[in-house]
This record gives sequence, C-alpha cells and structure tokens, in this order.
Amino acid sequence: MPPLRGGSPLNSIAEALASALGLITTWDPRLVEIVALSLKVSLSAVLFATLLALPLGAAVAVARFPGRHGVIVVLNALMGLPPVVVGLVVYVLLSRAGPFGEWGLLFTPPAMVIAQTILILPIIAALARQAVEDAWIEYQDQLRSLGVSGIAAALTLLWDIRYSLLTAILAGLGRASAEVGAVMIVGGNIDGVTRVMTTSIALETSKGDLPLALGLGIVLILLVLLLNAAAFLVKEAAQRKYG
Amino acid sequence: MSALLPLRLAEVSFHAGGRVILDRVDAEIAAGPRSVILGANGAGKSVLMRICHGLLAPTSGAVQWSEAELPRRPRRQAMVFQRPVMLRRSALANVVYALKAAQVPRAERRAHAVAALAHVGLGHLAEHPARVLSGGEQQRLALARAWALKPEVLFLDEPTANLDPSATKEVEGIIAAIHAAGTKVVMTTHNLGQARRIADEILFLHQGRLAERAPVERFFSQPGSAEAAAFIKGELPWT
Repeated sequence: MPPLRGGSPLNSIAEALASALGLITTWDPRLVEIVALSLKVSLSAVLFATLLALPLGAAVAVARFPGRHGVIVVLNALMGLPPVVVGLVVYVLLSRAGPFGEWGLLFTPPAMVIAQTILILPIIAALARQAVEDAWIEYQDQLRSLGVSGIAAALTLLWDIRYSLLTAILAGLGRASAEVGAVMIVGGNIDGVTRVMTTSIALETSKGDLPLALGLGIVLILLVLLLNAAAFLVKEAAQRKYG
Repeated sequence: MSALLPLRLAEVSFHAGGRVILDRVDAEIAAGPRSVILGANGAGKSVLMRICHGLLAPTSGAVQWSEAELPRRPRRQAMVFQRPVMLRRSALANVVYALKAAQVPRAERRAHAVAALAHVGLGHLAEHPARVLSGGEQQRLALARAWALKPEVLFLDEPTANLDPSATKEVEGIIAAIHAAGTKVVMTTHNLGQARRIADEILFLHQGRLAERAPVERFFSQPGSAEAAAFIKGELPWT
C-alpha cells in the first residue's frame, strides 16, 4: 500500500474520513453505482439461495434416509467454503473452455450471482436444517397425530418458524455482501460493470484512494447494521405477537 | 362405514435403551365406556397410548384395529397431549389446519372450527394467536382441535397434568361432553381423583405390565391386585 500523501498520518486519515462522508452525503454517482450493483448481486444471490436452501434444509431435517448424517456433516462443513475457491470453480465452469463457456457469463453480474449463490446456499440450508429439526422435535407427535407428514409437514414447519429463518437468510446475506474473493475472480472487478463494494475497497485501498474505500466501507457496515436491526425488530415483534 | 373399534393389543412390548417399558400387554379396548389407563410415573402409560395411536411401533406384539386406517386417508382417531403443541397462527387457524389435514372440504372448515371453539368456550379468543393463550386455554384449544375432527377414538395423555384446578375442571367437563357426543375416550392419568371422576373402567399399569383391569367402582372398592391396592392406598391421602 502506498503511503498517504502529506501531513501526519492521523490528519490524512481524518481528511480521508471527511471526504468519505462527503461522498456519502452528496450521493456521489460512482459510489451510488457501486453500492447499487452490490445490493443487486447479493440480494439476487440471497433470493436464489433461499429458494433452494429452505426446501433442502427442511427435507434433510424431516426425512430419514441412508447417509443423512453424512449429508448434515457435509452441509455444515460447506458453510465454511472459501470464497476464492468457489470463485475459482465457477470461473473454470464459465470460462470459454469450460462446460458453460458458451453462455458467455464470465465477468458479468450474473456470474457473480451464481458464485455467491453457491457460496451461501450451504449456510442458509445448514442453519435452516437445524431450525426445522428443532421444531420437528417439538411438533412431530402432533403433526403425525393429525396425519401430516412428508412435504406437508416440512412446509408447515418452515412456515411456522419463518421468523427464525430470517436469521439464517441474514447470515447468508452477510456472507454474500462481505465476501470479496468469489466476485473478484468471476466478476473481474470491471469498472462500471462488475465492480462491487468489496472489490472496490480492495482496489481503491491499493491505489491509495482512501476516501472512496472508506466511504464504501462505511456504507457496507451501515447496510449490514441496518438489515440486522430490521430483522431483529421483525423477529421481536413476531415473537410478541405469535409466541 | 365399519368401526375402528375394538382395538386389540396382543403381547405388546416396548423396549428402549435396554429397559423394558412395556411388558407383554394384552388388552381389548371396545367402544363405549371411558377407559382410563392409571399408573404411577414411569409405569408406561404414555408409551402404551402412543403405541395405540400409532406414534410408536411396539418392539414386539401386535396392535390391531377392527378396521385398519388407510394411508393418505383422514385419521379416524385423535390425540391430545400433556403439553399442547400449537402452530404460530390464530386459535381458529389451528383448528382449520387440523380440518384441512383431515381433508374436510375448504368451504366447511371455518364453520366446523368456529363450532368446535364455541364448544370449549373459546369462541371469543378465535382470532388470538394460539401460542400466547394460557396453558388451560391452549389445552381447551387442543381439545377443540381434536373434537372438530369428530374422531371415533380420542386419546388423552395426562391432559391436565400441567393445569391448575379450575382449568382441570373445565377440561374434564369438555372430556365428558366429548364422551356424551359418542366419541370413545381413552385417557391416561396418575391422579386417582381424576380417574374416579372420569373413568368407566380402569386399566392399571404397574412397571410396564397391565396389572389389573376392572370397572371403576370395583377397582377402587375391591382392587384385585396387590399393586393396585398399594397404589390406591399410597395415593389417597394426597388426592
């Protein structure tokens, strides 16, 4: 990292922080564009991953089949998938020579969505599996008594613990919006096309443009805080209302 | 439609973790009289009831209904548990859910559910979320949910064990009404006073064995087994 220009380091950091806040408060178009793309990519990934992960988690929680414990261990282990490895695998699959090369998705936002979906699917599925299984232990006698089993039981459980599942989905969103390795590799960090908050922060920091990097960092943290606060409030309200 | 009852248990045993929970229980449970399965904690009452209701499979022995329930058809028996399990939706919606599971046509569900809630005195709480109701109200809701299904047999597993005396009284009143409406009532309890109030016949379980079976008056006046006599004697001062 190149040294900061001029004055004492502390002053420079204060100046950078001030210009970062300036960028945020004036809705700097560069910053807004990057934030918007980040949200679009990560929220899309969360949407797709949730649609796949909730049924998967519920099925593993409720169904009894050979190898189930193995599936649970693998699912839990995949929660710690390194983003760069996911990025690498998706890169290989989408590259010109790869099996899906003809789709021409590499270095586009859809490629980033695919990578992040793969990254966070196990997180949401594993957390949902745990939540559904806890509920299943409580509900199973009653549901079986009513003659409800299989898919109907899994759907009932998912709906009944919907507010707890918010936590699982948020964990996925947190991971997606914070990771840099996967989007960097499959997106390529192309200015105006695939540049998101995390890749910009990495790039601007190494270029020495601290105001933009800091500004993006602040926005990133604020967004994550805001989403978590909102989810917390929703969950609290639901807890009070439904018990 | 022919009837589910009588239910025949032949040499039903249940083992768990190397322990014998039920030891070769033979019994026939017929339509009509209220059967109370009486016994101390750990006698195997709940396990026996779960086996009858099909929630547990016996380790050995046979559970045979007069006419078997068919898979993917509505159940013709219901069960109320010691601790009611309610879904996170309104009291009314909990009953409607059970009716849907029982394949009652959509158009009829609401009316049935409203009527069932009225039967147990919960009409005014129909739109309240079920899980924030009091313990006694939740147990009445569980009874309404079971009753709405119009089961041929209703199993009740210590339905008042967690309730205070006034809630217990309400629940016992509802059980009497369900019996009067023609549903076969099978209940477990360890409470002698409750057994006297509710039972027509007693099945006394002792350490996993069916030690005695008798009409309620005879059971309490002239218990035929030493275990039952001891249980009645030991328990009476506290009931």
